[in-house]
Amino acid sequence: MSGDAAKPVRVRRKVRVVSRRRRRVENALVAYSFIAPNFLGFAVFTLGPILFAFALAFMHWDGSNPIKFAGLDNFWRLFEDRAFIAAFWNTVVYTVVSVPLTLACALGLAMLLNQKIVGRDFFRTAMFFPYVASLVAVAVVWNMIFNPEMGPVNMLLYSLGLDPKDMPGWAADRHWAMVTVILFGVWKSMGYYMVIYLAGLQGINSELYEAAGLDGANAWQKFRHVTLPQLAPTTFFVTVMLTIQSFKVFDQVYMITQGGPGTSTLVLVYHIYNEAFISWDLGYSSMIALVLFFLVLAVTVIQFRRQKED
Amino acid sequence: MRKTKRRIDFSRIAVYVTIIAITVIMLLPFAWMLSASLKLSRDVFVFPIEWIPSQPRWENYTEIWTKIPLALFIYNTSKLTIIVTLLQLLTSSFAAYAFAKLRFPYKNTLFLGYIATIAMPWQVYMVPQFLLMREFGLNNTHLALICLQAFTAFGVFLMRQFYMSIPDELCEAARIDGMNEYQIWAKIMLPLSKPALSTLTIFTFVTTWNDFLGPMIYLTKTELKTIQIGLRMFISQYSAEYGLIMAASVVALIPVLIVFLSLQRFFVEGVASSGLKG
Repeated sequence: MSGDAAKPVRVRRKVRVVSRRRRRVENALVAYSFIAPNFLGFAVFTLGPILFAFALAFMHWDGSNPIKFAGLDNFWRLFEDRAFIAAFWNTVVYTVVSVPLTLACALGLAMLLNQKIVGRDFFRTAMFFPYVASLVAVAVVWNMIFNPEMGPVNMLLYSLGLDPKDMPGWAADRHWAMVTVILFGVWKSMGYYMVIYLAGLQGINSELYEAAGLDGANAWQKFRHVTLPQLAPTTFFVTVMLTIQSFKVFDQVYMITQGGPGTSTLVLVYHIYNEAFISWDLGYSSMIALVLFFLVLAVTVIQFRRQKED
Repeated sequence: MRKTKRRIDFSRIAVYVTIIAITVIMLLPFAWMLSASLKLSRDVFVFPIEWIPSQPRWENYTEIWTKIPLALFIYNTSKLTIIVTLLQLLTSSFAAYAFAKLRFPYKNTLFLGYIATIAMPWQVYMVPQFLLMREFGLNNTHLALICLQAFTAFGVFLMRQFYMSIPDELCEAARIDGMNEYQIWAKIMLPLSKPALSTLTIFTFVTTWNDFLGPMIYLTKTELKTIQIGLRMFISQYSAEYGLIMAASVVALIPVLIVFLSLQRFFVEGVASSGLKG
């Protein structure tokens, strides 16, 4: 009796197990069908080339003759390559100056435009516009405005009584070229980070300000002890983003100074581009790319550590 | 009482003065561009600046179309930008739905693949990517640029962050009503994700439209060039034709301006809700 009753039950359970497994497979297939279109493109055109880049850094290749294994040749070459050393330091200088400057400007703008003022949307849009504007178009205007001989900036300085000999040569001057590129970068991108800061500011609980007000805090103290700590995650995010953006700067340098005069504004990506597409030294250019990768990685890890400590 | 009120007014005025001064500095290059685009090349650098030209040279705007194939460049760029943006929106939101709302094996591993590359500058792997495309015979085609820009980790990440904020119960309820996953994605998730989609649209549109290094590496034939490298080519060919260069620059700016202005009201909301603020 008991044996008879047990049999159908077991069969039914088996059927249920099979159908459950089948359903799980079906669900997984549905999920994969969602992911596949993007992932296939991503795997072929991003993941693959990334792995290839790491391998290529240890090879000699000009793109047409057979690839040869190079060991650490490309790595040692970095230390003898004056252009690389210049590019490395220029990239560091660009980053060290432009990141804090952009950050401060973006935060300042966000504080100003987070208040209730007439025409706020217009002002926000105006600040953001350089970020979306075509780089080629604004770079050529920038070059004209900062033209050392005829540009309105130097004309203005001249009419203010500055001696033409002391006039900055901007993009054409060794000492001013980097300044010009940095100023352009700050002007172009600060509006974007302002929007991120605005989003951060709107997330701060207004009760915190009321409490600080009751404790007799003035505007500066409120900023120092409420706003800044509350914005810490935003600042962290903006710093990481900005640092990565600065390490990979290229377009604006290409358009404003072409890396010159001399090597005064040569940056890492510019050097990668030259070595790859001008000299066709693909292995060495990948080694420089690897340096760029580790720079970005190091900065991101350091920032994450500091964020965790706080 | 009256004294504090007057002080408040004073600080208000200071705020307005500061904001207006900064806005003027931000927009001055654009004003200069517009003004110069209506001048003869020899009048562009006349100082003091004549902001509104007494005899505007509208011919600059007709001449540029014949000096370079500007219309073709704009067509190429529009084609690329629209295809990339559509593909990006479609495939990212599709993949993001699975990552946010479905359970399946290797989900975290696959997502880690995306996350690991999100901070990786494209410049690190642009050379091997170029070699790969050349191997596929995609050198000097628009398809190469579409392939390299349409499937980004950033798009998937942004959309997933947004979908995570939509309650799971909404999907559960739809499943009980007999909808399949594709219907849930199309009828529930997509309509809800307007802010995230607008943000991604702005980002993708702007990046693709303004991309310079990509087209410079891949497109060497004039008839394939985009507006950015076309404009650059024009600038190096006619470096003294300041008025014409400025007119062409104004034309290159207009499409981005239109897209940006029509979507910008979603933008702050989109940045805030997609977790981009950190």
